[in-house]
Amino acid sequence: MTSPIVDVTDLSHVYMQGTPLAHQALDRVSIQVERGECIAIIGHTGSGKSTLIQHLNGLMRPQSGKVIVNGLDVSDPKVDVRLLRRQVGLVFQNPEDQLFEKLVGDDIAYGPFKMGLPIAEVKERVEWAMELVGLSFDEMKDRPTFALSGGQKRKVALAGVLALRPHVLVLDEPTAGLDPRSRNELLQRIRRLNQEEGLTVIFVSHNMEEVARLAQRVYVMANGQIACEGTPRHIFGNSSLLQEHHIGTPEAVDILYQLLEQGYAVDTGSFLPEEAAAEILNLIKR
Amino acid sequence: MTADHPIIRVENVSFSYKVNQDQQIPVLQNVSLDVYPGEYLAIIGHNGSGKSTLSKHLNGILTPKTGDVYVNQINTRDRERIYEVRSQVGMVFQHPDNQIVATIVEDDVAFGLENIGIAAHEMRERIDASLEAVGMSAFRHRPPHHLSGGQKQRIAIAGILAMRPQCIVLDEATSMLDSYGRQDILAVIRKLHREGMTIVTVTHHMSEVAEADRVVVMEAGQIVLQGTPREVFAHQQRLRELHLDVPDASRIAALVHQEWEPFSPNLIVNEEVVEEVNRHVIKQAEASGT
Repeated sequence: MTSPIVDVTDLSHVYMQGTPLAHQALDRVSIQVERGECIAIIGHTGSGKSTLIQHLNGLMRPQSGKVIVNGLDVSDPKVDVRLLRRQVGLVFQNPEDQLFEKLVGDDIAYGPFKMGLPIAEVKERVEWAMELVGLSFDEMKDRPTFALSGGQKRKVALAGVLALRPHVLVLDEPTAGLDPRSRNELLQRIRRLNQEEGLTVIFVSHNMEEVARLAQRVYVMANGQIACEGTPRHIFGNSSLLQEHHIGTPEAVDILYQLLEQGYAVDTGSFLPEEAAAEILNLIKR
Repeated sequence: MTADHPIIRVENVSFSYKVNQDQQIPVLQNVSLDVYPGEYLAIIGHNGSGKSTLSKHLNGILTPKTGDVYVNQINTRDRERIYEVRSQVGMVFQHPDNQIVATIVEDDVAFGLENIGIAAHEMRERIDASLEAVGMSAFRHRPPHHLSGGQKQRIAIAGILAMRPQCIVLDEATSMLDSYGRQDILAVIRKLHREGMTIVTVTHHMSEVAEADRVVVMEAGQIVLQGTPREVFAHQQRLRELHLDVPDASRIAALVHQEWEPFSPNLIVNEEVVEEVNRHVIKQAEASGT
């Protein structure tokens, strides 16, 4: 049996500990992610999602509990943080705010360059990463970053992380603010990275269509705890769970729940538009 | 609607960002658009199509390279009257954190009023009314950084309402919010619109677009398609070419229609799909004589 690539056990975190404003952001959280899995973390604003993922590349160290990523113990003060951050690529919410170089190509090259790679390999990685996120290397590498649209900046920021060739990719709201095509393309690219390159993906999202399409397994967080865990079909098929934890539903599921309320026998775990259409056809074609 | 004067008149506007001495990236090309009083207008387009740049022209944050924008007949190039323009057309941006300036909610709402020298008693009234309108009265003495994204956006809207504008422009104001925060904002917008506020919203959420009176589709800095949401969403193929999408309700209706022709393909909101299912099931029951 292989050990999980990400193994979080009983992780707790209190912000502003010892003050009247102390706030328990994480409360004995445990998650296990196997190599090559694609995992979604969902939950209401303030449920602890972002605090959790910041532990995965050592931006935050465990106050209590254990975080082991690819064999590296994040709670060990002597852990090689540079190695850890190379293995875990963390893409923040609004990563476009973090672009700092004048030109697109330079910004993406910054990480690999700092790793001390030979210049030919840096260039090759930049090309590879730009292609992956859907930016044409020849056309875009010399564009100034300030003149990009929000979605283009997002792609540049993602490419900058991918160029480090991480084993685990952690994304905080990867598609918020992207247009539908860019969103679909990015999701397909993430899925390809996951399935073809074996990259382990962990993403935080409030877009339930995205969770439905991408995740193999979902963790639901509430009040700093893992409220439940399961496949998207299991999670979206459980309306009391969705309501209790203020989780939105994919539009397709919303339609099916409305039908269910009116007394139709439909499977509310059918979260893709194609499946919902099939459920509806079942009802009317008899 | 045509009898009214437009609140905002965009006339042949072109705009470009200067990259360096000899390179310009054109963002808007000869865009003309009128926004009428009481209208709910949605602007959609893929990232980089120019929709945010257009929305920033609507209250003079950007001024056109060529062409003109008028807000109630005031040219936005007239810097002396820019405060008049801004108090008539208010803007809510994408990131909640970037538009909150004060450390207490009510101070934040008061910020614009202080700048234009409103008397203290009137300021009180306006703050009360604006916080009430967005359902945030209970939070008036709280520090804003402890609020959720949706609550922060509601504070931002309250700050704009306090200026008593005729029109609110929302530039992807819901895109960073979770689905509950988004529903909150949409409920506030719906209510303001019902009470007569002119709304211009820039969004990627097609289910939001379905609520608008009129949709404008941007591509490469030009308006390429416009009409009611139903008219626009009927062009599924064209929208896909423009990197856009239709609401899931439309997609599902179209899929059902492919297999079962009598099912209307032209639906845009979830409730319509449910009604259409009902209609068919009843018809089937009648046909089979039960």
